[in-house]
Amino acid sequence: MSVGVAGIREYSRITEIKGPLLIVEGVSNVSYDEIVEVELPSGEKRRGRVLDVARGVAVVQVFEGTTGITTTGTKVRFLGKPLEIPVSEDMLGRIFNGLGEPIDGGPKIIAEDERDVNGAPLNPAERSYPEDFIQTGVSAIDGMNTLVRGQKLPIFSGSGMPHNILAAQIARQATVRGEAEEFAVVFAAIGIKYDDYMFFRKFFEETGALNRVAMFVNLADEPAMVRLVTPRSALTLAEYLAYERDMHVLVILTDMTNYAEALREISAAREEVPGRQGYPGYLYSDLASIYERAGRVKGKKGSITQMPILTMPNDDITHPIPDLTGYITEGQIVLSRELHNKGIYPPINVLMSLSRLMKEGIGPGKTREDHAEVSNQLYAAYSRGVELRSLAAVVGEESLSEVDRKYLKFADLFERRFLSQGPRENRSIEQTLDIAWDILSTLPEDELVNIKEETIKKYHPNYRKM
Amino acid sequence: MPVKGRIVRISGPLIIAENMQGAQMFEMVRVGEDKLIGEITRIRGDKAYIQVYESTTGLKPGEIVEGTGAPLSVELGPGLLGTIYDGVQRPLPLIAETIAREMPHRRMFIERGVQVPPIPRDRKWPFKPVARIGDKVEGGDVIGEVEETSLITHKVMVPPGLKGELVWLATEGDYTVEDIIAQVRVDGRTVDLRMIQRWPVRIPRPVKAKLDPTEPLITGTRIIDTLFPMAKGGTGAVPGGFGTGKTVTLHSLAQWSSARVVVYIGCGERGNEMTEVLERFPEYKDPWSGKPLMERTILIANTSNMPVAAREASIYVGVTLAEYYRDMGYDVLLVADSTSRWAEALREIAGRLEEMPAEEGYPSYLASRLAEFYERAGRVTALGSPERSGSVTIVGAVSPPGGDFTEPVTSHTKRFIRVFWALDTKLAYSRHYPAINWLLSYSAYTDLVAEWWHKNVDTRWKEYRDEAMEILLREEELQEIVRLVGTESLDEKDKLILDTARLLKDGFLKQNAFDPIDAFSTPEKQFKLLKMILDFHKKALHLVELGATVAQVRDALGRLYVEMVKAKFSIKNDELEKIEDLRNRVLKALEALEARLG
Repeated sequence: MSVGVAGIREYSRITEIKGPLLIVEGVSNVSYDEIVEVELPSGEKRRGRVLDVARGVAVVQVFEGTTGITTTGTKVRFLGKPLEIPVSEDMLGRIFNGLGEPIDGGPKIIAEDERDVNGAPLNPAERSYPEDFIQTGVSAIDGMNTLVRGQKLPIFSGSGMPHNILAAQIARQATVRGEAEEFAVVFAAIGIKYDDYMFFRKFFEETGALNRVAMFVNLADEPAMVRLVTPRSALTLAEYLAYERDMHVLVILTDMTNYAEALREISAAREEVPGRQGYPGYLYSDLASIYERAGRVKGKKGSITQMPILTMPNDDITHPIPDLTGYITEGQIVLSRELHNKGIYPPINVLMSLSRLMKEGIGPGKTREDHAEVSNQLYAAYSRGVELRSLAAVVGEESLSEVDRKYLKFADLFERRFLSQGPRENRSIEQTLDIAWDILSTLPEDELVNIKEETIKKYHPNYRKM
Repeated sequence: MPVKGRIVRISGPLIIAENMQGAQMFEMVRVGEDKLIGEITRIRGDKAYIQVYESTTGLKPGEIVEGTGAPLSVELGPGLLGTIYDGVQRPLPLIAETIAREMPHRRMFIERGVQVPPIPRDRKWPFKPVARIGDKVEGGDVIGEVEETSLITHKVMVPPGLKGELVWLATEGDYTVEDIIAQVRVDGRTVDLRMIQRWPVRIPRPVKAKLDPTEPLITGTRIIDTLFPMAKGGTGAVPGGFGTGKTVTLHSLAQWSSARVVVYIGCGERGNEMTEVLERFPEYKDPWSGKPLMERTILIANTSNMPVAAREASIYVGVTLAEYYRDMGYDVLLVADSTSRWAEALREIAGRLEEMPAEEGYPSYLASRLAEFYERAGRVTALGSPERSGSVTIVGAVSPPGGDFTEPVTSHTKRFIRVFWALDTKLAYSRHYPAINWLLSYSAYTDLVAEWWHKNVDTRWKEYRDEAMEILLREEELQEIVRLVGTESLDEKDKLILDTARLLKDGFLKQNAFDPIDAFSTPEKQFKLLKMILDFHKKALHLVELGATVAQVRDALGRLYVEMVKAKFSIKNDELEKIEDLRNRVLKALEALEARLG
């Protein structure tokens, strides 16, 4: 052992290498979750962290993988601190790897501070409840699954569906009414393909937004263990910008499925008791330690709004990853392959989607007084229409009553006129609600049981014409 | 002499310490330089296995572990109500204050090793003695009172297990919780009593007798009170996949129910949900007294990103506080959101202890732990005098993976609870809230609370309730047929059942928790709405038997049908005569049709 500067200790007794793990013996004074630097005989340096420590023995997870590491000649340096990244306002406009090191060839970041990527849990008593309506310009979201500032709202998608286009559209169009200020975007690419990454990069360049975007990139062919750190690096910067630099930050994390898979890999290597489908029993708490890093806090102007994207394996919403995510996040936007195949964009399945914070973000002074009732009525009528659609497929449309046929027609109108819009079409909330009233007015007025009489009198097209 | 050992291994929230001879099982310990709170969960030789209630990042082998000589306990006394605690009873606002003093920019985060007292030591409370010097007193006897909030008078009780003569009692005046307020002579020695007491969380507080739950816990939610009622002192579970409205249901219970004290445990759930309660409850009024709701509420927050071991403790901390207020003679409602996260915490710790897993990796003692927890509910006669009864009602949310009710936590929970409010993903997708499925849910208290309804609301309550259930069940059977052949081939009576069932769903079962009029229905309003719908049904059935078609019935009603559906949110709790009037107009319209039919 040799002692270096500032608590750095170096050891070289590696007794076992398995998967991404190294077992190092003869160590002392090593702390749990400490960061290490592994130096190969070739001089190559990798990073890792301590997962388990007993007296004299440490289990180290190597982020970049253990390929090429030997039990002799490899040096392991314990750096005496948890993994930290530099934070600074200058990081906007730059591109980093998952560990927060610049990869865009630009100058070194002059850090205003160094922060532990694990963060600390937000104190619920210091949070402030999110309630500022974000207009995304997408009717299915603004009208029926409203996003508010400080919310965590994931997109549940499947392979081949246009979640990237939708996320980009939201990032471009999102505004808070009455405020000119734009969102700063922190983007974490977690194990995604190069073309997906290029899509976002080009998109940010084209919209001239690059200077308010910080990207943390770990691509599909890069070390899987770094995926466990990438979203945390991104959120560490986001927290700094939001709570210390008063910015409103939109964090896009894609794809969380790759994250969970990396977690399963490390859990299997540690021979832990597996939970459902081989994912570790602590997948819930682990995902929560990422998703819960969104919100607003008392006495601070800034906020963190999170939009994780995940692809559901086999489009199965009961798969552990979407399932546990849905239990943590404040709702979900679910994309439907059926709508996508019908050629409808955005193919949002509104019935399966939900925004838990919607009720606080809408209504008089925020959107419009009829918003809640109209949204309830759209849900009730569309779900009835969809139900009748499957009934009509069995018994034939002609054996439905006249009113039921109107519901069928309503469901079609809903998908074609309300849901469907262009990827560059930015609808105001008033436009969205007016379209809703237009299609609702094709139903008999007596069917609008979720809307109060005075609201009908004020907004129903039949009365507005007069 | 408390033990003192050293850490030899750290693995996530579990640490192992050696040189711990003499440590007690479930003893609370202080771990490392930061004195993190931990609890001993296994002892082997001189080694103790300790679950740590704070993040273990940065701990090193060799750091010191100190025993406290006592099991994990809570502090009891005035000052609990209106507070928000973490899983081991540290007040969260005080944690923020403490952190802010050293690191103002980190104020909003929970850092490790912060030590703050659960009950404020400097605050003075107006103590009023109610016993007399010379009285023989024993555990549970009330010796004084403190007005803790404008809603709740705190009873200062002799701690359980103590018996002797009251030799000194403080006079009326302001005291802190640590001031001596009474002295009891026990076997020749004098014991000082303070307002503050401690109780180990894993041990149920003793009672004189357990009683039958007979009084309903009115919640204002129609499907609950009318179809699947909860009783004071009962146990219930709310299982449901994500987005089915577990939390909204529990918030409604905490907000509207007729309990006197509410303990809300946010166990492994979202931070914003606790914030919502914290921000709204001080503004909302208790519907039974008009006072701010926060004055009857205690919050315990171990949100999903807070240390997992404390999740395990938070449930016990909550139920112990609930029992304490029960012992004063109050009806207490404890809601735990969600017991699944608590079970997962058990699983995680068990996995780290390398215990043999049972179903889906859960430890084999999952069922017995659940049973122990729900057994702490009940209506009881409290210890001591004056004679008083109180209750703890426990409602736990369950979050089954993939919404599958056959998984271990849901299936074991079902064995220990008597009310089951099954939340249904399909109802939630069509925004039928509360998404309580009337085919899967049940309440074993329906017959027990019927007497209360008959005495206080209407003698025909049970009859109407059973008829509503019958129509809903019959509708489900008919829907099977409709799915095959459509509605047109049904006979008119069956079509009427479909119509009435829809009216029941839209006009009675669906309830908007955010609508000022609809959110809370008094028992009287619930019954009047139900009676209106079912009396319509009876009359219409009579007409159909006479040869009328359902279409004719609908025509005869005209706008009255929509009025019936909207009555729940257009007619207030204090305008019940309007429901009566609407019912009369409906019946009159049908009588007119009857006359036309000749």
